[in-house]
Amino acid sequence: MTNNIKLQDFLGGVRAISPLIAAVVPIGLVFGAVAATKGLTPAETGLMSALVFAGGSQFVAMDIWTHPASWVGVGFAALLVNIRHVLMSASLGTKMAGFSPRSRYLSMLFLADEIWAMAEFRAKMARLTPAWFAGLVAPFYLAWVVSGVAGTALGAFLGDPVVLGLDFAFPAVFIVLVMGFWKGAETGAVLLASAAASVATQHFVPGVWYIAAGAVAGLFAAVATGSRKAEEATP
Amino acid sequence: MTVDFATLLAILAMAAATVFTRVSGLALVRHVSLEGSRRQAIESIPPAVLMAVVAPTAFATGIAETIACAVTAFAALRLPMLVSVALGVACVAILRALGL
Repeated sequence: MTNNIKLQDFLGGVRAISPLIAAVVPIGLVFGAVAATKGLTPAETGLMSALVFAGGSQFVAMDIWTHPASWVGVGFAALLVNIRHVLMSASLGTKMAGFSPRSRYLSMLFLADEIWAMAEFRAKMARLTPAWFAGLVAPFYLAWVVSGVAGTALGAFLGDPVVLGLDFAFPAVFIVLVMGFWKGAETGAVLLASAAASVATQHFVPGVWYIAAGAVAGLFAAVATGSRKAEEATP
Repeated sequence: MTVDFATLLAILAMAAATVFTRVSGLALVRHVSLEGSRRQAIESIPPAVLMAVVAPTAFATGIAETIACAVTAFAALRLPMLVSVALGVACVAILRALGL
């Protein structure tokens, strides 16, 4: 592959992620502002955003933050919140034929919900390349780290994002993506099972188990409808 | 611009947990053949995970969020992503301002 094609691919990734950058900057600012109220310095916020790079678990960590910080508590919380990454990485891993083994693992270190979703979406239409994936990661990673640090520095000067509806930007993006994964009745069964299990779990079980519960329920629904189809095909 | 030692340790623990979840899925599929129902299960992961994340917002947070989710989903049938998302955000802001 020539450098020119690689650059085109990279820029394609940048274009694909750009709407999500507009959505992640306010969230990063809010994260930074919350971290400041917990006594984190801009350097500590920057370090966390750069090394962890997983918004959900970072917000949960701020929720349960203590002084001095408990590495067992936040470490276990991060594991729980990010358990969905195991499924996401397994799914995306099957679409990385164009990656060397090393670049697969390297790319996977930057697996965030938004990056994963855009990459999955791309893989439905075209071959996923390392350059295109890097185009997703580079600006999104930068935006997350810089906005977090800025949020810590600005702290309480920021307005309430809930009033502006900005907290809704990510659910909205995910809904648009869900609509794109529609393939017919089987998808309907997966979505129904996932939604029911997720809402029920969130209602009865504290914490973030609802994501894992919904995902697993959706998976079972897919296997169940799949095996029924296979039985019909072999009389 | 200081970094507390306990904070650094906590950040490293979070990073280790996150790296583990990110690479373990990839490691799993390398040693498993992907045929038939396994393939189908893996293909159902994207919609299943996305739905699990948004379902509490869509169905169990409030009227404003439920309506805004429906508006976003409907807009996504015809409009580009950024426009659909902007419509959803505007919708939720207006409905919350109205006190829903």
